[in-house]
Amino acid sequence: MSTSSHFVPDRLQSPLARRLKSWETLLLIVAVAIFIANSFASPYFLNAWNLSDATFNFTEKAMIAFAMALLIISGEIDLSVASIIALASTAMGAAVQMGADTPTIVAIGLAVGLAAGAFNGFLVTGLGLPSIVVTIGTMSLFRGIAYIVLGDQAYRGYPESFAFFGQGYVWWVISFEFVLFAVLAVIYGIVLHKTNFGRAIFAIGNNPTGALFSGIRVARVKFILFLLTGLMAGVAAVCLTSRLGSTRPSIAFGWELEVVTMVVLGGVNILGGSGTIPGVVIAAFVMGLVTFGLGLLNVPGIVMSIVIGALLISVIALPRLWNMVRRP
Amino acid sequence: MLMKSEKSTEAAAVTASTPILALDGITKTFPGVKALSEVSLSLFPGQVTALVGENGAGKSTVVKILTGIYQPTEGHIIVDGEATRFSTAQAAADAGITAIHQETVLFDELSVAENIFLGHAPRGRFGLMDWPEMVRKSRAILDEIGAEIDPSHKLRDLGIANKHLVAIARALSIDARVVIMDEPTAALSHKEIQELYELVEQLKTQGKAILFISHKFDEIFRIADNYTVFRDGQFVGEGRIAEVDNDALVKMMVGREVDNIFPTRTASPGETVLEVDGYEHPTEFADISFSLKKGEILGFYGLVGAGRSEFMQSLFGITKPAGGMVKIDGTAVSIHSPADAVGHGIVYVPEDRGKQGAITPMPIFQNITLPSLARTSRKGFIRLAEEFQLARSFTERLDLRAASLDTPVESLSGGNQQKVVIAKWLATQPKVIILDEPTKGIDIGSKAAVHEFMTELAAQGLAVIMVSSEIPEVLGMSDRIIVMREGRIVAEVDGDDMTPETLVRHAAGIATEAMEG
Amino acid sequence: MLKRLVTARETILLGAIVMLLALIATRFPGFVAPGNLASVFNDTSPLILLALGQMIVILTKCIDLSVAANLALTGMVVAMLNVAYPGVPVPVILVIAVTLGTIMGLFNGLLVWKLEIPPIVVTLGTMTIYRGIIFLISEGKWVNSHEMSDPFKAFPRAEVLGLPVLSWVAILAVVVIYLLMTRTTLGRAFYAVGGNPHAAVYAGINVGRTQFWAYTIAGALAGITGYLWVSRYAVAYVDIAGGFELTVVAACVIGGVSIAGGIGSVIGALLGAVFLGVINNALPVINVSPFWQLAISGGAIIIAVALNARANRTKGRVILKRAEQAA
Repeated sequence: MSTSSHFVPDRLQSPLARRLKSWETLLLIVAVAIFIANSFASPYFLNAWNLSDATFNFTEKAMIAFAMALLIISGEIDLSVASIIALASTAMGAAVQMGADTPTIVAIGLAVGLAAGAFNGFLVTGLGLPSIVVTIGTMSLFRGIAYIVLGDQAYRGYPESFAFFGQGYVWWVISFEFVLFAVLAVIYGIVLHKTNFGRAIFAIGNNPTGALFSGIRVARVKFILFLLTGLMAGVAAVCLTSRLGSTRPSIAFGWELEVVTMVVLGGVNILGGSGTIPGVVIAAFVMGLVTFGLGLLNVPGIVMSIVIGALLISVIALPRLWNMVRRP
Repeated sequence: MLMKSEKSTEAAAVTASTPILALDGITKTFPGVKALSEVSLSLFPGQVTALVGENGAGKSTVVKILTGIYQPTEGHIIVDGEATRFSTAQAAADAGITAIHQETVLFDELSVAENIFLGHAPRGRFGLMDWPEMVRKSRAILDEIGAEIDPSHKLRDLGIANKHLVAIARALSIDARVVIMDEPTAALSHKEIQELYELVEQLKTQGKAILFISHKFDEIFRIADNYTVFRDGQFVGEGRIAEVDNDALVKMMVGREVDNIFPTRTASPGETVLEVDGYEHPTEFADISFSLKKGEILGFYGLVGAGRSEFMQSLFGITKPAGGMVKIDGTAVSIHSPADAVGHGIVYVPEDRGKQGAITPMPIFQNITLPSLARTSRKGFIRLAEEFQLARSFTERLDLRAASLDTPVESLSGGNQQKVVIAKWLATQPKVIILDEPTKGIDIGSKAAVHEFMTELAAQGLAVIMVSSEIPEVLGMSDRIIVMREGRIVAEVDGDDMTPETLVRHAAGIATEAMEG
Repeated sequence: MLKRLVTARETILLGAIVMLLALIATRFPGFVAPGNLASVFNDTSPLILLALGQMIVILTKCIDLSVAANLALTGMVVAMLNVAYPGVPVPVILVIAVTLGTIMGLFNGLLVWKLEIPPIVVTLGTMTIYRGIIFLISEGKWVNSHEMSDPFKAFPRAEVLGLPVLSWVAILAVVVIYLLMTRTTLGRAFYAVGGNPHAAVYAGINVGRTQFWAYTIAGALAGITGYLWVSRYAVAYVDIAGGFELTVVAACVIGGVSIAGGIGSVIGALLGAVFLGVINNALPVINVSPFWQLAISGGAIIIAVALNARANRTKGRVILKRAEQAA
């Protein structure tokens, strides 16, 4: 054991103390406050079935948000996720028309998601193009293909067994989607925070050049993240299509921005390098609760978007304003 | 020496006046750091004042205060005897202060003329910019400094030396009374440096005050009239260049006598580890062949831009070579990425520490374990205790000074950051370590520590390649030296041939025929 | 000189547009008749106006996702104003529209400048806020053609020298923004800030304030487009121009504006918008389902960004003598 005069401790602050001062704690307080406010505002709020229904507001988006969080932490973004849903859903609908059974339909949905993610990943890591522009392009392209196939038509007639993914319940009020959301949250949390792969994501997001010079296979990691994001969009496509029971080319329109909002609200730095999965999970609940609570009060969904938009800006603006006031 | 004293008496006669610009008791604090502590500095018309100090002495902070980028926490800037404030860069420019920065701070997408006149472009009717006038004036200034550059070209089409001339033209376009030159010769060739000296003389005769910041003592003694020395953000002394010598100035800079700072060592190279044969790249280097033994320190000397770093980065898998063979322990290997290189036991400590060397916002221990995560984890799952243990074993060997192992690398001094980068690579148990300008921009204390450590590594059988542009360092540390010029190996020297003269001659390409013939 | 002209991004794009028109003309000569081209240009005018503003914002390393929401909110306000006070003359409406758009742009700019919030977050937020406000003030109802006054609807269609006012507004904007970008200090500051923010500080340019101006200009252009849009289509509702912000970004990217900032031109943004306009107008003519439109513009964006990246790729150092001679 060295007893040099320059002893360097492992840590100055315990991980618990750090966690208590974190963004997630603040967000959790907000979530609890909304929950309490809602239960006072509406007598229908504290009903198990109502709360269960409310989870559908965010579970599908949150599944994508987990993968998107990893992607944003690595310094990239995928704005094409909602269009991947449209493309995957269209492919599933087409398969149904050809008489595919439920396992085949699901496999096709996931495969299309993966393929779309691979295409994005190739353009970004293979050709070295900026992801924000690439995915604005593929966003038009993927949904465009759905429009070419479907026009103003819709696919229906999904088999009954397919309905389970979006409408089934595992136990009492606990839906399949909610269980899937919870399982994915745990998996993504472990991958990001407890594995070498997760560490590489943070390193790349903080300094891609430094990460490359440290022997990390930057392009490969980013490609995998695009694949994962595509896959999650595919999973969400299965759930959403199953829940709606039909496919229109406008399915999940505008979701990409809601997913990004969820991720940023969860404390992920949009410029990359930092963020947590617990933060994204809490942000998903906050968004879901706000939507549900306002819905019970007969406030239309679009007003909710004002709240979410204001929340998105103020969560970043308020701490900075506070700092400016404190240290003029 | 005689000439110098003549010159200084002449200058003194002209300017027994008040300074054009002075700093009085300037303090600048950043959160947690005191960058400058009550420093003063005076600049006189028609005279060159050299600002001398080690890296971290506060020179660049002074430049930023003089040019209005930073505002001092305390103290006064005095222009023509009156205290004033530069709240913006524009205010400093309006007061007649201009700076030529060490890195070219210009705009690739704009034309040469705009780069010269951005911020003070000539106006025509309706207050719109007068392009023809701007181009005309630019041409006049460029002609004045003997630069053959078309002002209407985009800057991106210019080479590095010409970009530097544009920067100088920009400084001259402001009718400045004070010209700050921050390491102006760093990127220039010998000939261009001579031209710069002429330009400085010309500016002096125009009565401009010049602040000259440089690390190169030969330049300072060649060009300056006065000197001011800073150390650790504090004013140490000032006076006339004619009245000091090299040693006295160094002593002021470092605060103690500097004796032989290189550790003594006896090399006992083992078997060959690395062989490179016919390595080449389309534009950067060609015909690179050499071998390296265990326990050997191989120096790579050359002028800045000789292709040494480019070759090392290619060897490390960053850029793809056009051809050539690399053998490790006698087996040919193919390296397509840094990950491959690390896998084969080749690691690289880059010159650009902040961008390439460390991931500065991340904690020290995570930086150190980044390439070795496979060893501190189980099946891809992180084990924090083992990470800390691995990090600790190397930070203790390197005597790292930090508050804790989970503080971000960016909070460390340059020398300690470098120790983190070296620790990171040692943790991978490499066979060959390449150090690119390993002591550039770090304080003397850390410098000695890095040198000592290199010696220790070589003694333990590691093969070391050191790229350095500092002749004392390359001579003091290397067993053998390869000199590169214009992308090629021009000489390999060892033993008694390792003299400053041979290195300089080969690197500059002087009388190579005579020597080889 | 000629070589530089030929390899310029703008020239390549112009060539692509001409080829596209020629290709269409072989089957449908009517498409390239001057009258039809003028109507294509008129159709594209709103996109041109917004693309000009977006180009400036992107030049400064930012992005504005709120332009379409800004347009829709301004449009709704002036439409409701027109319904409530039909007597308010068009010039006053124009002033209100520009003012309102400017304020919204200013708000974006302040958040980016003073609070240093990442631009994509700011405009993502304000986009949803502006859209939400439309719902609040309109209670989700439409303002229909028959409710609007005739002068209100007539303005963009009025013909001056054979072109509708809408087209003239776009042309005027192109000229003004061109002058702004090439002949004013602010215009050059946009390039400087995006090309090298670090150096811009040394040149005495305030990076944040320059970005603030970019947003303000983009907002003003979105505001005027808001009035022109609702009056031309004679309808205002919450979702007008929904998703149009990304079409605007697409026009810029196709026009050679680099998303990394510092590279782009007025002509490029104009041509990028025109390219999309020609495709959108040509599809029905050549009997392709309009449902192809989205996929084609997506493909065009990807191809454009790939080509731009190739052209802007920084060359490595040239150290070897023989390589220097070859270059």
